[in-house]
Amino acid sequence: MNAAVRHEALTPGGEAFRARLRVRGLRKSAGGVLRISIDELGLAPGGVTMVLGANGAGKSLLLRLLHGLVLPDEGTIAAPPGVQSMVFQRPVLLRRSVFANLDFALKIAGIGRAERHRSVRELLSRHGFGDRAGQPARSLSGGEQQRLAMIRALSVSPAILFLDEPSASLDPAATSSIEALIRSAARQGTKVVMVTHDPGQARRLGDEVLLLHRGRIAEQGPAAEFFAGPVSGAGRAYLDGSLYLDP
Amino acid sequence: MQDFSQSFLSALWLILSGDGDLWAIVILSLQVSLGAVVIAAAIGMPLGAWLAVSRPPGRRAIITVLNALMGLPPVVVGLALYLLLSRAGPLGPLELLYTPTAMIAAQAVLVTPIIAALSRSALEGLWDEYAEQLTSLGQSRLGAIPTLIRDGRAALITAALAGFGRAIAEVGAVLIVGGNINHATRVMTTTIALETSKGNLDLALALGSVLILIALLVNVAVSIVGRDGASPSGPSASGTGPQMAGAR
Repeated sequence: MNAAVRHEALTPGGEAFRARLRVRGLRKSAGGVLRISIDELGLAPGGVTMVLGANGAGKSLLLRLLHGLVLPDEGTIAAPPGVQSMVFQRPVLLRRSVFANLDFALKIAGIGRAERHRSVRELLSRHGFGDRAGQPARSLSGGEQQRLAMIRALSVSPAILFLDEPSASLDPAATSSIEALIRSAARQGTKVVMVTHDPGQARRLGDEVLLLHRGRIAEQGPAAEFFAGPVSGAGRAYLDGSLYLDP
Repeated sequence: MQDFSQSFLSALWLILSGDGDLWAIVILSLQVSLGAVVIAAAIGMPLGAWLAVSRPPGRRAIITVLNALMGLPPVVVGLALYLLLSRAGPLGPLELLYTPTAMIAAQAVLVTPIIAALSRSALEGLWDEYAEQLTSLGQSRLGAIPTLIRDGRAALITAALAGFGRAIAEVGAVLIVGGNINHATRVMTTTIALETSKGNLDLALALGSVLILIALLVNVAVSIVGRDGASPSGPSASGTGPQMAGAR
């Protein structure tokens, strides 16, 4: 079967409307090992879906498949029309100024120069970068670089925002500022799909939990219910702390 | 020993007195080599960038050939161009043999693989770093080339300077296609060879000193560009400079 990414119209009552991101028969192998095998997956529109699982469970690979950075061997991914953004564990900022990094994203999104510059100035001012617009982006601290990467990802008003452990290497204050941006994005209607290794963060931010185990979905459901009492053995092991090393 | 000392003093005087013949040769040398580097950069940098981001069939072989061409023997290039440009050659009607244009072409042939290989090496590292982010933002592989060239400009300038260093010091190819004609195609390296064979060490030493000074300035420029191009975090574009590329 050929891999494909379909875009479904968001008609009320339609399948894509109920589950804006839908996956069927998704398979991905690497090095002769089946890394992802998902028969059926639907992610509800809006809110924050936390993707949890042990190391090697396939969380980051799933995110890359959903975002289209990696093509599946089999299966379909039906994504709603609209822009998608992704922020990686290590922020990838261009070797340009703070201003130019945001300007670049908006330029690719097809926004005209005058409108772009106005938006960038407004964004930088709103997020406290106004006085550092001309500074090389890579001279910012790690936390500030990640915050700038988040602002850049959000600058194009994405329908879906994929986050691959965006605060994994940040201190508590920087983590808190990243989480504030995530909450703000979700409030404004952006669907957030986030990988984290931090159960506390998943509790704080998650509306929904998707637990992966050996490339398969072990459990999916409301975050509150998952943390109150997971129904799967993998879920219980994860919360017990005995699922951290994937055998 | 006294003869050498006398020659050094005479050479110094030639430089400081602004000797017309000497400086005409220096200016022609710079014109030829800079012209060659501009042409080589125009071809080599996009080629290197394309090889950095694309995966065409035979890419590994292309890179191997490109790296091998970095050591192209100048006299062989000179001979090949001579055959092309000579009266009986396919490009003979252009009457370019024994002109600075022919010398620029010869040096461009020599320098293009150097600039292309160094550019490829530097931009490949940058592409490894940028690929997922640029794809995520919606940029295609080919669309990413201008982005890579802009953000990798420090490494590309280093590549161009390395090419210039090769061009300005080259003698075999320009001697064959230029003919070392006085006031027409005589450059520093060919003049040094000629004047040394004639025993006129004053001019040879003076030009040699200027050549060494230029080589020194190019290396200083390379190190300054490399330092300024280094980013405060993440791998530096200049980190994949000539030495690393040559080793690949």
